[in-house]
Amino acid sequence: MTELAQALEGYSASLFGAEWGPALFLTVKYLVLIVCIALPVILCVAYLTLAERKVIGYMQVRIGPNRVGPAGLLQPFADVLKLLFKEVVVPSGANKLLFVIAPMLSLMPALAAWAVVPFAPELVLSDIDAGLLYVIAITSMGVYGVIIAGWAANSKYAVLGAMRSAAQIISYEIAMGFALVCVLLVSQSLNLSDIVNSQARGRFADAGLNFLSWNWLPLLPMFLVYFIAAVAETNRLPFDVAEGESEIVAGFHVEYSGMAFALFFLGEYANMILVSTLASIMFLGGWLAPIDSAVLGAVPPIIWLALKVGALLFLFLWFRATFPRYRYDQIMRLGWKVFIPLTIVWLVVIAAWMQTPYNIWTSP
Amino acid sequence: MAEIRNYTLNFGPQHPAAHGVLRLVLEMDGEVIMRADPHIGLLHRATEKLAEHKTYVQSLPYMDRLDYVSMMCNEHAYCMAVEKLLGIGIPVRAQHIRVMFDEITRILNHLLWLGTHGLDIGAMTMFLYCFREREDLLDCYEAVSGARMHAAYYRPGGVYRDLPDTMPQYQASPYRSAREVARLNEARSGSLLDFIERFVERFPQRVDEYETLLTENRIWKQRTVGIGVVSPERAVARGFTGPMLRGSGVAWDLRKKQPYAAYDKVDFDVPVGVNGDCYDRYLVRMEEMRQSARIVRQCIDWLRANPGPVIVDDHKVAPPSRVAMKSNMEELIHHFKLFTEGIHVPPGEAYAAVEHPKGEFGIYFVSDGANKPYRMKIRPPGFAHLSAMDEITRGHMLADVVAIIGTLDIVFGEIDR
Repeated sequence: MTELAQALEGYSASLFGAEWGPALFLTVKYLVLIVCIALPVILCVAYLTLAERKVIGYMQVRIGPNRVGPAGLLQPFADVLKLLFKEVVVPSGANKLLFVIAPMLSLMPALAAWAVVPFAPELVLSDIDAGLLYVIAITSMGVYGVIIAGWAANSKYAVLGAMRSAAQIISYEIAMGFALVCVLLVSQSLNLSDIVNSQARGRFADAGLNFLSWNWLPLLPMFLVYFIAAVAETNRLPFDVAEGESEIVAGFHVEYSGMAFALFFLGEYANMILVSTLASIMFLGGWLAPIDSAVLGAVPPIIWLALKVGALLFLFLWFRATFPRYRYDQIMRLGWKVFIPLTIVWLVVIAAWMQTPYNIWTSP
Repeated sequence: MAEIRNYTLNFGPQHPAAHGVLRLVLEMDGEVIMRADPHIGLLHRATEKLAEHKTYVQSLPYMDRLDYVSMMCNEHAYCMAVEKLLGIGIPVRAQHIRVMFDEITRILNHLLWLGTHGLDIGAMTMFLYCFREREDLLDCYEAVSGARMHAAYYRPGGVYRDLPDTMPQYQASPYRSAREVARLNEARSGSLLDFIERFVERFPQRVDEYETLLTENRIWKQRTVGIGVVSPERAVARGFTGPMLRGSGVAWDLRKKQPYAAYDKVDFDVPVGVNGDCYDRYLVRMEEMRQSARIVRQCIDWLRANPGPVIVDDHKVAPPSRVAMKSNMEELIHHFKLFTEGIHVPPGEAYAAVEHPKGEFGIYFVSDGANKPYRMKIRPPGFAHLSAMDEITRGHMLADVVAIIGTLDIVFGEIDR
């Protein structure tokens, strides 16, 4: 691979000169890599929608889509085609520019955050040291898409949805942030690859029981808070008041149709996959195998990551089929009065714990 | 400084939680409801006026279309009013069939209510579970009347025909294999009564299952406890009936207070709430489903043991049998007169009410002695409940309005008529 890259770089230099060649090569290289990440992510989103319909279908004693392609496997493409051919109606009272920009704003961060996500050792687009900060910063951008969409549509339902969503995302971001601060405290790094690697150390890992050394066990309350906050961040049931099907119809994207609607949809599902991946990386040991054995070690690391993400995504779907919806003020109460105090206290507990002789987190 | 004003939100008529065509104009301060103004009439079909131009039997199918989720109960009130005007009684077997189907209808109605109430509050799965059970009950409707919803099975003087000895069977098709058809038909091998018996045997466990999903669910309780509280005094003053009244702690049930049909011969309890909130009304309705299954059970046993006529033998009211009509001149004349002119009803007025799944459903007739009513008035339970919307929702949040609409259990067929 590296020889090929060097050859291509040399070819590019010979074609465009020593000044422009390498720069052009880098641009093209990263564009190709971005496509290599974004395309599978979007494919995963497509199949997550199908999985959702199938899983919830079976939970609700029905079978879900099974007509398009074998066992309904081509259903996502049929949906995309349908949405592509639909007209994007812009309401007459809407602010046209913002109305068009909003869907892009909501999808973009959901995809941009993947830049620092390590899929396997060394398999990451940009292995930056401030990875965790970057992820937190980028995912918070998603709320702009929601607010602008709700405001630009010039509809009362949309504004209500946008207001709810903004308040909710901001509230839960705090709890989520504190939960992640605990992780960075124990891993002593903001680099996501380092965070994964730090989970491979510890007493249990030495005994071969890797999965007991992962962050989920010592940081169990934080793991739960993070995951619940993640469900709230992505506006999924039981926290989907921003869309609130039966109250404010579809909330902030009530006026969107066709592909503009599909972008919100993509954004929501890409976010679900993203937060599940982050939860796997922060708490479930990322690409690490659960038990140190030759057989499990032979499985490619990316498969382990995919399995963990899949398990967390299943929880998202399970929640949706099981729970009723919270009321807006109850969500706020849960966020501000339960999660934020809990995370702050636990942060202090962890910090104190690390200063005692019982510290279980060792630096390399 | 800018003036801060409340804003109005048009909730419906095209809204997933409007339960039909309710248009609710909400005056809101942020998320809090200051005033709720229900607008009705979008489903008005002039049923009362139409009845003035049709014979008594011709108007009967309109009753199915009033509250279109509890069809036979509407018919029951109508038939009782006509019978009251005529001054006739009906065979005991017909009374038991009516009680059995009234209770099947109550389960049907409460299942739909539970499903949609769950859906309103976000418990999506409930809806599909409820519809699974409804399917079997609608099959009972189909077996007995040929129609799955608008049955027109009760007739003045009794019921249209006796319970069938066979159930309709599924047929194999390109979409249903023979094995699947055999599995589906297994429960349908016996008579209708066997089929209903199988249903009421498993139904209480199914209700338990639904309760495990909702009753102790913290989110469900947070969404319903203390929401839409109605005091017993206000409930009576507002003209509430049915579970809306019993949820507030008033033990009023027409089946007990003024028994009609065979309700004095069956044994059942009337559940009563305590706090008068959405949660208590939910519990009351869940228990009513269990009690309904109990009543159906008793009716099945009685009906098995006591064959007999199911409609009065008076050919001024009920048509003669097909065979008699074909072979006997007098019966032919009766048949012809009955199907062209209809029933002649003595002058007078009558009001008959049943304990409908939603409350007291009454029919009031004024007759001038013709074959058509001079005036018919329908007393729908949902109308009184909806009129209290403003009083119940004031000060609650938008999401609670949805929960309250769900707990009112309104259907626009009966409110707009």
